[in-house]
Amino acid sequence: MSKPTPIFEAPWHAQLFALTVHLHEKGVFTWPDWTVDFGVTLADHRLSGDLNGGDDYFNAWLATLERVLQDNKMASGAAVEDMRSAWEQAYLSTPHGHPVKLPA
Amino acid sequence: MPHDHDPDHPHALLPPDPALRVKALETILTEKGLIDPAALDEIIDTYEHKIGPQNGAKVVARMWSDPQFRAAMLDDPMPLLDDMGFYGRQGEHMVIVENTPEVHNVVVCTLCSCYPWPLLGIPPGWYKSDAYRSRVVREPRKVLAEFGVDLPEDKKVRVWDSTAEIRYLVVPERPSGTDGLSETELEALVSRDSMIGTALAKGLKA
Repeated sequence: MSKPTPIFEAPWHAQLFALTVHLHEKGVFTWPDWTVDFGVTLADHRLSGDLNGGDDYFNAWLATLERVLQDNKMASGAAVEDMRSAWEQAYLSTPHGHPVKLPA
Repeated sequence: MPHDHDPDHPHALLPPDPALRVKALETILTEKGLIDPAALDEIIDTYEHKIGPQNGAKVVARMWSDPQFRAAMLDDPMPLLDDMGFYGRQGEHMVIVENTPEVHNVVVCTLCSCYPWPLLGIPPGWYKSDAYRSRVVREPRKVLAEFGVDLPEDKKVRVWDSTAEIRYLVVPERPSGTDGLSETELEALVSRDSMIGTALAKGLKA
């Protein structure tokens, strides 16, 4: 076999992948529809330079999923931004080595 | 990036922005009861530890060893893959393409990165790159040469473009001098890249 390389280069790639597969299996979208949407985002992102298949590929993936969830009224752009910043605050206010949690 | 935190009380390492956005999506969907976080862990564990190119290598080694199995796989692989437990997400409609002395096959997905997950796991970075996805269609010989596969001029190259519905597995040519080997020994000659078509089986020269 080829030499072992990490399956996912970053933990968030894995989380994003799993979240998408799970939503697909829950029936939120069909896989062919997903690939069409994702293909469109990849083509858009390519206009600003060749994608290397790592972070930039998953950035396009994330942009696609955010759009799909927004269109399905499952997570609005504003809700995602609020929650993102709540997590950011949680990280910045949690001492190193402690589990990071959202304020209850 | 300038960072002025107190070294005695550093905060937890802030993940990159997209990681925070993924967490945000997960939290929102979990709070709404639309997803099950345990299912996400299960999916990650499956692809990190259970499914990978070792599955595809088993199929190839068996096709090399068992002519009846080989014929059946080329005709209609799905029932056999199901029997072997290699059926599932993104492997529902597999087509097996066999390399021969006359033809070399290579697989791409020009749209995004469709890939036979049950047989090969998650695609490598280069398979998802624009460079590979656009160039292998235009200049397959040159791309293959960059992978170290120099094909003779009289050998045909076929490029298979995967879709959300159809995924391909390349069966590399069996190296000579391997007649006495068991299936398990043969599996070790079959790399991930050889089943995408960007490498040959180990011990084989173009």
